[in-house]
Amino acid sequence: MPPNLTTFLRFQAQRHLRSALRRPGDILNPLVFFLMVVTLFPLGLGPDPDVLAGLAPGIVWVVALLSSLIVSGRLFQTDYEDGTLEQLVLAPHPLALSALAEIISHWLLSGVVLAAASPIFAAMLNMPVQAVPVLVISLLLGTLCLSLVGAVGAALTVGLRRGGVLLSLLTIPLTVPILIFGTSAVREAVLGYDPSSWLALMGALAAIGLILAPLAAAAGLRISLEA
Amino acid sequence: MKHLLTLENVALERGVRQLLSGVQLKVARGELWQIVGGNGSGKTSLLRAISGLARLGLQGSVNCSSSLLFQGHLAGLKAGLTCRENLRWHGSGRVGSAKNHIDSALQAVGLAGCEDTVLSHLSAGQQRRVGLARLWLSDADLWLLDEPFTAIDVQGTSLLETQLQTHCRAGGAVVFTSHQPTAIEGLRVLDLNQYAA
Repeated sequence: MPPNLTTFLRFQAQRHLRSALRRPGDILNPLVFFLMVVTLFPLGLGPDPDVLAGLAPGIVWVVALLSSLIVSGRLFQTDYEDGTLEQLVLAPHPLALSALAEIISHWLLSGVVLAAASPIFAAMLNMPVQAVPVLVISLLLGTLCLSLVGAVGAALTVGLRRGGVLLSLLTIPLTVPILIFGTSAVREAVLGYDPSSWLALMGALAAIGLILAPLAAAAGLRISLEA
Repeated sequence: MKHLLTLENVALERGVRQLLSGVQLKVARGELWQIVGGNGSGKTSLLRAISGLARLGLQGSVNCSSSLLFQGHLAGLKAGLTCRENLRWHGSGRVGSAKNHIDSALQAVGLAGCEDTVLSHLSAGQQRRVGLARLWLSDADLWLLDEPFTAIDVQGTSLLETQLQTHCRAGGAVVFTSHQPTAIEGLRVLDLNQYAA
């Protein structure tokens, strides 16, 4: 008997999480990348705390975007390579639901981990303490949006041998609003203003993305399998 | 008679190359079909088209009136999961086989004691057997198997042949591809060389 919807979603997420947790390198690599790049900025810009604090929102967000781009390229790759994707397409439930489970699992292992570690990066860049909660919330919402956008690009390029460049070309333009909203929210917090309107916009983007991106990703995956 | 699968005047092209034309096939309950043909003759493409995975370039009528299990070249198993975890999610996304069913299936394919072994720790042939264990768990009527005898030993081949016959006797049907002639009782053969475009 085909499972009910909740069981199917739960099991898809469990399968992805268990598989990923047995390869901790996949979770740690983006964090190490983030740490290394953030460390480079004080070396390049100089150690002036005021300069670093002023640039911190932009630095953290650009690095988060690049980090997300690196990991989202692998989003459906292993499923494509080991034949799991074929089974997902033939599953009795819509492919979009499988894609949603995969995106959420991916976000939990990349975006949430990054947001949880972001206070350390904020301290390295001398970001004011009152801005740190806003940074964490904006990264939680923003990385979800980035995972959703990245999933659509990853679905379209999963069957290509060198799809990395194409993935960047497809997704970077779509991530510009997320970058602007995220950076603006943190900057407002650094300056002592209310960042809630920017966060609300990011929440709206995430909500729209949660509905549309799995559908687009599912269509992309079908196209990739046809090819 | 109600057929589980009917192909009528099916033509298939890949890119600009016409692979097949005029393919006719009717698969009834209890029938075991082997699709034969040389490399590049379109066996895998036809099976993928029947399953619904790739219908670009397909013309004609494909009518499948039953639940199906498709097993391609790639087993659809996760290297980082154990045999038992992999089989919990089996046969075209059906979830939740009971633990004792999974253990019985693994025993049937000669992998008793490997239930909690991570797949990447098994040999290629053993991994192939884990994939085949799905057949012991499947409740689908129609099985579409692409080269199921590849990379398994003589004992595994015998087990698989028996399982295919058991499924057909139970009212199911099997369509599989293979390069080699297979000596299974009651086997019907669809030779794609007859339909080469």
